[in-house]
Amino acid sequence: MKRLLPIVIIVLTVVLVAMATMQPSELSPATSPEGAVQSLFAHVKAHDYKGAFAYVAKSGDTDEQAFARDLSGRDGSLRTYSSLQEADTKVLHSSDNEALVRASLEYATAVGAFYDTRDLKVVKEGSEWKVEWPATKEANVPPQVIQENYLRWDVIARGANDDWGAQNVEAPRVRIISMNAIPQGNNTIIVGEIENEDTVPGFVSVGATLIGKDGGVLGEETSFDKISHTLLPKEISPFRIDFPNVALSKVKNVRMQPNSMLVPASADPVIGVLHQRVETDARGRHVLKGELLNESGQTVNIPHVLATYYDNSGKVIWVSDGYVDQALLPQTPVPFAVDLSDKMAANVHNYRVTVNEYTMNRED
Amino acid sequence: MTRIRFHSYFALILALAMFSTVAFAADLRVPATVAAGSGLSVPTSGSGSATLYLVGPGTAVKRQVQLGQDVQLSSDELQNAGHYTVAIGDDSASFYVTAGPVSSIAFLARPSRVPAATPNVISGTAFIFDKYQNLVLQPQPIKFDLTVNDQTTSRTEASKGGVAYAKLDSSKKEGPAQFVASSGNASVRRVVQQVASDPCSIRMTAQPNKSGILVRTDSIHDCAGNPVPDGTIVTFTATDAQGKSTVDARIKQGIAQAQLPASGGATISVASGVVVGNEIQWRGGQ
Repeated sequence: MKRLLPIVIIVLTVVLVAMATMQPSELSPATSPEGAVQSLFAHVKAHDYKGAFAYVAKSGDTDEQAFARDLSGRDGSLRTYSSLQEADTKVLHSSDNEALVRASLEYATAVGAFYDTRDLKVVKEGSEWKVEWPATKEANVPPQVIQENYLRWDVIARGANDDWGAQNVEAPRVRIISMNAIPQGNNTIIVGEIENEDTVPGFVSVGATLIGKDGGVLGEETSFDKISHTLLPKEISPFRIDFPNVALSKVKNVRMQPNSMLVPASADPVIGVLHQRVETDARGRHVLKGELLNESGQTVNIPHVLATYYDNSGKVIWVSDGYVDQALLPQTPVPFAVDLSDKMAANVHNYRVTVNEYTMNRED
Repeated sequence: MTRIRFHSYFALILALAMFSTVAFAADLRVPATVAAGSGLSVPTSGSGSATLYLVGPGTAVKRQVQLGQDVQLSSDELQNAGHYTVAIGDDSASFYVTAGPVSSIAFLARPSRVPAATPNVISGTAFIFDKYQNLVLQPQPIKFDLTVNDQTTSRTEASKGGVAYAKLDSSKKEGPAQFVASSGNASVRRVVQQVASDPCSIRMTAQPNKSGILVRTDSIHDCAGNPVPDGTIVTFTATDAQGKSTVDARIKQGIAQAQLPASGGATISVASGVVVGNEIQWRGGQ
């Protein structure tokens, strides 16, 4: 009995160490369509793209590198700064040899959670279920010269040796051209548009203060990233300011505070927003879809789409936004979609889409 | 009775003291005004040494001087304009130091940017100083020059209390205006950007190319004929069966152009701010 206990402990330790070091891919062939998709994304979550690729059907035309690039991102896109957090799966239909599984993915990114939905075909190869990963057509821009006439504004500020009369150039003149307070449950949402009326670029932000019926301040918020902060001359940006847990019925007055600052800026890149239309997605929700086209010669790493919706009187009734997890290569269309609540969709008469861009290593 | 006598003695002593101060002040001969930065020679009488006190704006000097000789107050000691008192021994005198000739100008030009062809829109305020940064209170002629594209508008104003002010029209042509205030050898330059107003009209043309439809405006001007500044946003919109396509193009070298997707039939429009341009019914390039 005295010898038996140490032997049991040693055997248990060896078994536990072995279990901890074993790769799941080597051990767990998928026995169900949902299991195949779950195993694939479990490996993606662990950044084990080689292991994840083991669950991809050989009949597909995706190679391992393309598969990894599809999931981990490329060209400094938002996907390259994200990691998969959750993958919920649901079998849409299934037969003996193939099935369709919907994967609802949630990525953690530098700008908050990013959601993606993929309907994946799963097929039976021998005794195992494998995912037919759709081949992503990677856009490659052919070698060429794109002529650009770059335009930028530089600002000379007053120097330390200047006399006190030499004051800095004035900030650009900006104006809030529309504003609308919307109740949303127990929240108050302020939406509107701001225009740079000047001839120089500005860095703008909009703040709002809600005043209650007793004259007290109910809340102060800013538009944060629900705005295009850099506005070129005559450019209009939507803005949205959310006040969580402040009911509009309690608000007597809204004090708006537009701020602007003169900044150096570049007029490029120009991004076209093509084929904008409101559609219903696979889950039955209204979305505003379209394609973004980078008409300049430099890669835009992280595009940010801002959509403004108007009613039939031209009033702004909603502003939604969304980041695109693909980089915009020159002259290459990239799809985008932003949510539109069903309640709002019924009142939308017109809409306008603008694009913020974040570009690394810009040489302008 | 004792109290009355005491008050009488005190008043007498005070009166004698005041009389003696006035009498002694007359003994130091100084000019009523001295220009800042120029020295001053104060003649003294008597013999032996005495203590010199000089008190003025930002100045307090104490030193031993020899009586019977001229005492020199250096230019460094008389830099700040204002009222000075000099005392040597029991004698004292007062004089004013006035600002010297104009040496520098602090020039406020406002605003930084103005619309072209607007009357009384540019203001310039000049504060004139001597080389010791004393405000020159004596009236001085200040010249204001506003130059755009080699065309100069000038105005001369006399300063009052060290300040001169002028309001000028912006010129008909846009561009960076050189706004100069000068007096004597001193001059200061500021830049006031004169800018075009909103576009007067926008006219665009469209032509097919390998990527779709190339839309381009003619040169965009305001109603005074000035080119609208580069960088101004011009929005092209094409609406067809596939939806709406928009491009926020920037004016570069006077025109704006953009690439719109190919379409079999589309309505193409152009706008900048509140100004709407022409509309094109696109029939696949026909």
